[in-house]
Amino acid sequence: MVTNAEVRTKVLDIIADIALDDDVTGIKDDVALREQLDLDSMDFLDIVMELKKRHKIEVPQEDYPRLASMASCVEYLVPKFNQ
Amino acid sequence: MSNQKVDCIIIGAGMSGLAAGIRLSMYNKKVLILEKHSISGGLNSYYARGKRKFDVGLHALTNFVSPSDRGKPFNKLMKQLRIPYEEFKLSQQNYSLIQFPEKTLKFTNEINVLTEEISRNFPHEVDGFIRLLEHIRNFDEVNLNNETVMAKVVVGNFIKEKSLVEMIFCPLLIYGSAWENDMDFSQFVIMFKSIFLEGFSRPEGGVRTILDLLLKRLKVNGGELKYRAEVTRIISHNGKIFGVEINHNEIIECDQVLSSMGLPETYGVVSEFEELKKPQTGNLSFCESILVTDKKPRDLGIDATIIFYNNRPEYLYQKPKTLFDTESAVVCFPNNFKYDSFEDDYSEGVLRVTNIANFELWNELKSSEDSYLYREQKENVFLNAQKILKSCGLKSEYNVNFKDIFTPTTIKRYTQHFDGTVYGSTDKSRNGTTPIHGLYICGTDQGFLGIVGSMLSGISMANLHVLQGDLK
Repeated sequence: MVTNAEVRTKVLDIIADIALDDDVTGIKDDVALREQLDLDSMDFLDIVMELKKRHKIEVPQEDYPRLASMASCVEYLVPKFNQ
Repeated sequence: MSNQKVDCIIIGAGMSGLAAGIRLSMYNKKVLILEKHSISGGLNSYYARGKRKFDVGLHALTNFVSPSDRGKPFNKLMKQLRIPYEEFKLSQQNYSLIQFPEKTLKFTNEINVLTEEISRNFPHEVDGFIRLLEHIRNFDEVNLNNETVMAKVVVGNFIKEKSLVEMIFCPLLIYGSAWENDMDFSQFVIMFKSIFLEGFSRPEGGVRTILDLLLKRLKVNGGELKYRAEVTRIISHNGKIFGVEINHNEIIECDQVLSSMGLPETYGVVSEFEELKKPQTGNLSFCESILVTDKKPRDLGIDATIIFYNNRPEYLYQKPKTLFDTESAVVCFPNNFKYDSFEDDYSEGVLRVTNIANFELWNELKSSEDSYLYREQKENVFLNAQKILKSCGLKSEYNVNFKDIFTPTTIKRYTQHFDGTVYGSTDKSRNGTTPIHGLYICGTDQGFLGIVGSMLSGISMANLHVLQGDLK
């Protein structure tokens, strides 16, 4: 069973690698990632690609909005990690 | 013979091909980059004569931004390639000049300097220029659906004085336009932002530093690169890609091909394109004189980084009727960057003078049996370069330790671009698609120019046509 906290860490690791120059330690869970970090659509593509590469998790394009904040990422991804 | 099979083939190990290769190999694609030449870089490469090393193409890296300047092209592409900004070891320009017979405008990486210069030299036009800046800042130049509008028409709505229009266009045309005397407005905005709003810098070690970083990244990701591999045929069946033939004797199968060799050059090797209209070959090529001197330019009275020199009221960015245009040039002084944190890697003075040139005339000379004629004309290019340097204010108390002159035929030999074009065809494939399913264009003829532009082109075409395609 993968916990919420573990999923959060995994997502954070991915974001830290993508946003090389950003400080990701202070990310607020309920605020949109775009508002806290300099992420554009190219970077969101990378989050999706990294989820697939590292964890074999597929996020179909219609579900991209669910990756908007850390809280929604965790909520959306936890069931996928535990499938 | 059993055919090798990979996921993606990238044609050309220039900036765009390497960037595309990094992106695809990062996501576990089996990537093979094929390069005809024995080194990487394409239009931005390097060579050595004796112990001296020279850059070709790169005068300066455009799109200078500080690392905190988010969302700008350079930082975007660093993120996409996972290369930390510091590794480029960038030094900013001192300042550059647009030198016309009547007036000279100075610009730096701070746009205010140019605005002040315009307000001093063209007081009636400064309000229009400020409105033009506003229009440019708000324009989405990389939108792949922008319609083609000529830039001089748009700029004419803001600036009335023709000589100022000519001066503003001069650096932008010669640093990236495949079209003569004007360009598409989206292209203009890309160039304007990259040169006037962001600006020039130089990586320590020149173009090699950039290439080494890209090659290292590609290797770490497991991407493969093969030199001396000329793509002699792009094979498709019923409009769908099958693979490529290299060096006339080996076939490699693949699902996708990203070609950075140019649009006409690509179409030229696809057998299924024989029925189709061939894209135009561009008209613009260049010759360049490189002088290595015993004194550095600042000891000879010049501390400008780049001088856009033009000795006519109008700027003629077009194919000259003579071997080369003697009356205009870009003069670059690689010693004149602000080497505060990083070093000037040239121990001697290096001066580069680039003129617009006529490919056919040079090609005729080169093909003639008497090789003396070609050498003699190269010497003329050099003598004219010295004259232009003098007009730029360079004192003549220097000795030339070494010189080298390249011409459009040299460019063709090393880049394989038809007619030695540097900015490619006047036909671009902005969204990268071709009539062949699975064959895409990246690099110069996709339409993002400059070193930063070409890397972004490779990245965005790899993202759009390969990585995103997989997610659907």
